[in-house]
Amino acid sequence: MKINKLYLVLFLLALVAPMVLYPVFLMKVLCFALFACAFNLLLGYVGLLSFGHAAFLGTGGYVTGAMMLHTGMGPEISILVGTVAAGVLGAVYGKLAVKREGIYFAMVTLALAQLAFFFYLQSPFTGGEDGMQGVPRGSLLGMIDLSDNTNMYYFVLAIFIFGFWVVHRTIHSPFGQILKAIRENEPRAVSLGYNVNDYKWVVFIISSALAGMAGSTKTLVFQLASLTDVHWHMSGEVVLMTLLGGMGTIFGPVVGAGVVVTIQNYLSGGELGNYIHIIMGFIFIVCVLAFRSGIVGELQKIMKKNFG
Amino acid sequence: MATFFGINLFALSGQLLVGLINGSFYALLSLGLAIIFGLLKIINFAQGAMYMLGAFFAWMALNYMGINYWAALILVPIVIGCIAILIERFLVRPIAGEDHLYSLLLTFGIALVLQGLFTHLFGSSGLPYKIPAELTGGTKLPFMYLPNYRAWIIVISLVVCGSTWWVIEKTKLGAYLRAGTENPQLMQGFGINVPLITTLTFGFGVALAGFAGVLAAPVYSVSPDMGSNILIVVFAIVVIGGMGSIGGAILTGLLMGVIEGLTKYFYPEASATVIFLVMVIVLLIKPAGLFGKEA
Repeated sequence: MKINKLYLVLFLLALVAPMVLYPVFLMKVLCFALFACAFNLLLGYVGLLSFGHAAFLGTGGYVTGAMMLHTGMGPEISILVGTVAAGVLGAVYGKLAVKREGIYFAMVTLALAQLAFFFYLQSPFTGGEDGMQGVPRGSLLGMIDLSDNTNMYYFVLAIFIFGFWVVHRTIHSPFGQILKAIRENEPRAVSLGYNVNDYKWVVFIISSALAGMAGSTKTLVFQLASLTDVHWHMSGEVVLMTLLGGMGTIFGPVVGAGVVVTIQNYLSGGELGNYIHIIMGFIFIVCVLAFRSGIVGELQKIMKKNFG
Repeated sequence: MATFFGINLFALSGQLLVGLINGSFYALLSLGLAIIFGLLKIINFAQGAMYMLGAFFAWMALNYMGINYWAALILVPIVIGCIAILIERFLVRPIAGEDHLYSLLLTFGIALVLQGLFTHLFGSSGLPYKIPAELTGGTKLPFMYLPNYRAWIIVISLVVCGSTWWVIEKTKLGAYLRAGTENPQLMQGFGINVPLITTLTFGFGVALAGFAGVLAAPVYSVSPDMGSNILIVVFAIVVIGGMGSIGGAILTGLLMGVIEGLTKYFYPEASATVIFLVMVIVLLIKPAGLFGKEA
């Protein structure tokens, strides 16, 4: 009951937010929050560290961009196709990656994502270093003009809520319980008769499709798909967002994405732009050494201590 | 021009040479990773950054302090090894024994800081480093021209990799190391200072990356992202070879360099991706890696 009220308050805040804050900034946060939620599904709930999630973000982005530019389909169809494309890539990559565990899993996903990076770098349709520019936002169902930032914001919010709901459903299903069992004690899950690799594979597909949905939406928001989205830096950023916000918590990635995007926006304008990677690196080090539960995780601990 | 069944031998051997040089760097870096992994069970994400640091230190030593290439080749790895020892002692050790993903993230953070720092200090365009006077010029072979410095890279890498292999597999010190890999508690029980060996191993593994960096400075331009680009390839190589064996890491590194070189000749479009594709094939056929033990 308490948690439902929290959702309601957050929803109302999200509705009025564009009256206070710049809509494009909010949309950027929502896209990255969805990306981080998708990533957290793997790291936080199954204990799988994917270092290649940029590949899915970028695939969604490029496919949606190409659909909007060349097929004349609407934004809803384009995003759907982008999401499915990322899911298909996730099915292939996931099948390979779940063959290895732990650190190897991270290295395999990183290498596979680099494969995708070179593919997009060399393919003519992506525009190489320049990126895919001037992607139209189109109009929703042919009626609502999305070039208006406020309309676009509510569209992005709806997509985010859908993605968040998918993550929430997955975690709170019997399937999600098994995922947590795998995270806590994989040999025991195996001995209980669960085909662990299949479970990992399915959740990898869900996660990559949602990451692709985030990338598709992001392309429409910025009307641009570029190599930045498939670069390994992006894979690192989503790890940071999740770690900073609190992995294995439902709101952690959202908070983490908000903080990281805010820091980036703040720094990129000024002369401190050069320091972005240094600061990100330091946050990584501090999080791992001293702040491992992340912002939301620490808050939950405080709540439990004082009120639970 | 020498051709053989339509194959341009001159160009082919040139690409093979480039492949062998890349392979030498892959071998040095994956050897370092494998040594560290053996005892600490962690993957050092900062290995690429340390390689970059090696190249930059060589450049700084020459331009700020007038220390020449030959001295840098000895001094820089020592300095980098010492930095690594500090990192191990104060950052990695406190989280030893916890999930190894944390140490991966920690070293990733260190890599970001170093790369960001050097981008800030030197820009991202890259700095030139002259080939030492003793190794300029080249030798004309019947089918190709062999620049002396390139030959030197291959020879010295093989010597370093080979002697590291020899020390680990054939000496008493190496026996301690291998025993520590198998069962650190038992070895501690025999009165051997395992934490010390662990620290020194980390230092040595990272020093290898620094050494590779100095070696690379004259052939690649010295730039802040030189480390991250090569590291991802080396990760794929580590997955291909498996980290169970020291010799395996060296062989896989060299082999992948050669495969990359051959691809550059026969199908240049795929040269950037061929190693990742080999990794995919190995994952399908032998998931534990060519030299890996089945988990």
